[in-house]
Amino acid sequence: MSSKQTFINIDRVSKHFGDVVAVDDVSIDISAGEFFSLLGPSGCGKTTLLRMLAGFESPTSGEIHIDGKAMSEIPPHQRPTNMVFQNYAIFPHLNVAGNIAYGLRKDKLGKVEQTRRVDEALEMMKLEGYGQRKANELSGGQQQRVALARALIKRPKVLLLDEPLGALDKKLREEMQLELRALQESVGITFIFVTHDQEEALTLSDRVAVMARGDVLQMAAPRQLYNRPVNVEVASFIGQMNFFDAQVVDVQGEKVVLDTQGLGQVKVASNGDLLQKDNRLVVALRPEKLSLSLQREVQDHVVRGELATSAYLGDRSHFFVSLDGYDKPVEVAGQESGLSSDRALERGSEVWLSWAEDSLVLLPAP
Amino acid sequence: MNEPVTAAQSSIEKTRPVSSWRSRIRAFYHSSEAFKGYTLLSPTMLVMLFSMCVPFAMMVVMSFWSQVGYEFDTDFTLANYSKVTEGAVYTQLLIRSLWISAACTFATVIISYPMAYYVAFHVHRRKMIWIILMTLPFWTSYLLRIFTWKVILGFNGVINSGLIGLGLIDEPLEFLLYNPNAVVLTLTHAWAAFAILPIYVSLEKIDRSLLEAATDLGDGPVARFMRVTLPLSLPGVIAATVLIFVPTVGDYVTPALVGGPDGLMLANLIQAHFGIINNWPGGSALAIMMMAIVGIIAMAYIALTRFAVRNIE
Amino acid sequence: MKDVSYINRPNRPLFVYAVLFLAFLYVPVLFLPLFSFNDSIYIAFPIENWTLQWYRDMFDNEPMIAALMNSIRVGAVASVLSTFLGVFGAKAVTRYRMPGRDPIVTVIMAPLVIPGIILGVALLILINRVGITPSLYTITLGHVLVCVPFSMATLMTRFEGFDKSMEEASADLGENAWWTFWRVTFPMVFPGLLASVLLCFTISFDEFILAFFLGGTDPTLPLYIWGQLRFPQRLPNVLALGACILVISFIVVFISQWLTHREPDSTRS
Repeated sequence: MSSKQTFINIDRVSKHFGDVVAVDDVSIDISAGEFFSLLGPSGCGKTTLLRMLAGFESPTSGEIHIDGKAMSEIPPHQRPTNMVFQNYAIFPHLNVAGNIAYGLRKDKLGKVEQTRRVDEALEMMKLEGYGQRKANELSGGQQQRVALARALIKRPKVLLLDEPLGALDKKLREEMQLELRALQESVGITFIFVTHDQEEALTLSDRVAVMARGDVLQMAAPRQLYNRPVNVEVASFIGQMNFFDAQVVDVQGEKVVLDTQGLGQVKVASNGDLLQKDNRLVVALRPEKLSLSLQREVQDHVVRGELATSAYLGDRSHFFVSLDGYDKPVEVAGQESGLSSDRALERGSEVWLSWAEDSLVLLPAP
Repeated sequence: MNEPVTAAQSSIEKTRPVSSWRSRIRAFYHSSEAFKGYTLLSPTMLVMLFSMCVPFAMMVVMSFWSQVGYEFDTDFTLANYSKVTEGAVYTQLLIRSLWISAACTFATVIISYPMAYYVAFHVHRRKMIWIILMTLPFWTSYLLRIFTWKVILGFNGVINSGLIGLGLIDEPLEFLLYNPNAVVLTLTHAWAAFAILPIYVSLEKIDRSLLEAATDLGDGPVARFMRVTLPLSLPGVIAATVLIFVPTVGDYVTPALVGGPDGLMLANLIQAHFGIINNWPGGSALAIMMMAIVGIIAMAYIALTRFAVRNIE
Repeated sequence: MKDVSYINRPNRPLFVYAVLFLAFLYVPVLFLPLFSFNDSIYIAFPIENWTLQWYRDMFDNEPMIAALMNSIRVGAVASVLSTFLGVFGAKAVTRYRMPGRDPIVTVIMAPLVIPGIILGVALLILINRVGITPSLYTITLGHVLVCVPFSMATLMTRFEGFDKSMEEASADLGENAWWTFWRVTFPMVFPGLLASVLLCFTISFDEFILAFFLGGTDPTLPLYIWGQLRFPQRLPNVLALGACILVISFIVVFISQWLTHREPDSTRS
């Protein structure tokens, strides 16, 4: 992201609640117009970080700069950020129009201009005709649109979203994901999005920071995060992953030979510091990067196994295959290449798993 | 009935047995739950209904009678009511009662609000202890709490003897006790604990993210309070107002102990009708008038505040 | 305090106000116990000599002890009766959907707001017309009337915080309604029952207005005190008695309130 200028600079920020360290020495740079997600399990510090950006919590140490200005002395109501709250925080004593116009008080717009702006916002959010409704007469999705309109009408430089889709059901959530992304592209401001749903983070974001225990584990674009996780924790948090303990047994010029539990001996290209002789490491392989067949069709990168169980999912199937020397069944996803789709494979059938060399991910041993 | 309707009508009649059969089952299901509820509730409900409605009905009946010595003349008469409406003394006492009670209600709510606010928003540990501390005095002897103000404000009371002892005054201050202000002060002290609870509950119910949202949308602390916290806590304020105004209008112990002749209220007169004046029908009429007026004021107040709140937005 | 979020930041002026408010509530009441140790029968600062004489006198004061016993009797019966009625009411209101629930609750809660004098006068007329002589029984009836709303309110919080599925689980595990009540419902609402009994006892024990109208020749303690207030020379006795009542009331109500609000403190993140 060196091509774009840093717009938000989180500089070695920590937050302690008593003895609990919620955010531990985190540094993140975010550029203008970026859709940035903070992803992690509950309690990982992502919401605390977001609330520090909004100003509701102050960092125990470190500093946050937005648009070149230090934020520590600036109270939340004077920051160039607006927030969409997890439960939307729609004011129950105001109607929809009143909620949306709430932040315009200080702009002293005059009635006509204010009404125009509110109508504009209602239109943008597809809420025409809902202006006079009360908050408790709205559905979850509508409440979320009101919360978005209310925040965006302030024309903030940064929009903070605290798990805004968490309360919606699955179908509505997928719809709103698309809308949210389109919205961000049309208003062109920075979105910072907190979520515990990895799929949501990957779908929406330009970049994702994966957090755990107050730390940022990895910060990368979704594609890279998925294909090249930096450690076992990130790899297991994002999508499904099979892990195999491994040890470097031989270095043969450009190739390195690994002895793995389950996959047997595999050769990989020798790059990176991990591949010193006798080094222990973990080899990771996504279920969809494995292909399953009934005959041995290739010579290299293939291993024999026994089908333990399978799950039919309609558009695809998941197979769980036991390998010699490996205690957990390996998960394989994908079309059943060369298999009849009408007949299920029997348990205990002999199967062959193969993979492409570059789909192996090498991770440090935990 | 004209001909064309009959087709539609007959179709309605055809479907009717089915729908009524269904609705009857549904009604039975609901009524059986309601039935269980009523059965369980009936002892309490009957005792309360009997011991309130019957006496009130009797009081209403008696207000149309007249007193003859220690007996009652049960002939219907409106004399008690016409006497009440004509007598300037009654009007004066009524206005004073309403006035004292309104002042006390206002003072109580004003001083209780910040306290309730403090506990709701700024106490994070041991909230329960604070709530108990705030409400504890309300449950203890009403009589003694009033009496303590007589001790404090009296001619030889705590304040006067204290000030004389300090050499600040030579003569005891006489304006402390036996006037309407003493009644307002005493009532405010007696009811403050009661006002806190409804206000506290309404503040505690406010979702904190609403306050954060107001801040996030540009409101400083004062604007946030006026635009979000206060409107959302109004139900509690209204409840507190009614809970204090209605009973204090009818208080007679406080004026009797600390009010003096200028601090007497309507309730003192009602009490006297059942005591030394010995005119129960007259007292009943007074009591009913007082209830009616207080009820009307309370309802008008609730309606007005609701209306005002709706129009602010 | 950086630990606290922006909204909950400490507010010193409000804290000072809160302390002043509590002082306003408590300091006036403390003058009664203070002057009960005063040697003089006149209330005046500074207190010259301290004495326990007024407390010693109480033990020989037969009318007072009789009044005390009356109050205890009335309070015990009224508190148990109103808690009994309160349990039925609270359980019905919190457990069953029924039409007309709200108006019924309003009627039951009405004594909270009806001025004491109105209730007193109305009940006086009732017992007079029915031909009952005013006595401790009629006082008890009046006290039940004012205690039931408080009992209901106390118990309703208890029943609302009580998951209905607990009773269903018990039924599912094979207990009948009777044993379900004794093994599940009762242990869970017991603190509420105790709180209600204690609170109602205090209310009855301290109640004056209804007792004033409904009382006969046997006075309760507040009636006795009211009678004593006419005699200035009896003031120290009243102060000593009042001090005792205040201390005991405070303790009893504190226990009752503690039982009612005993939920663990909710701390927000």
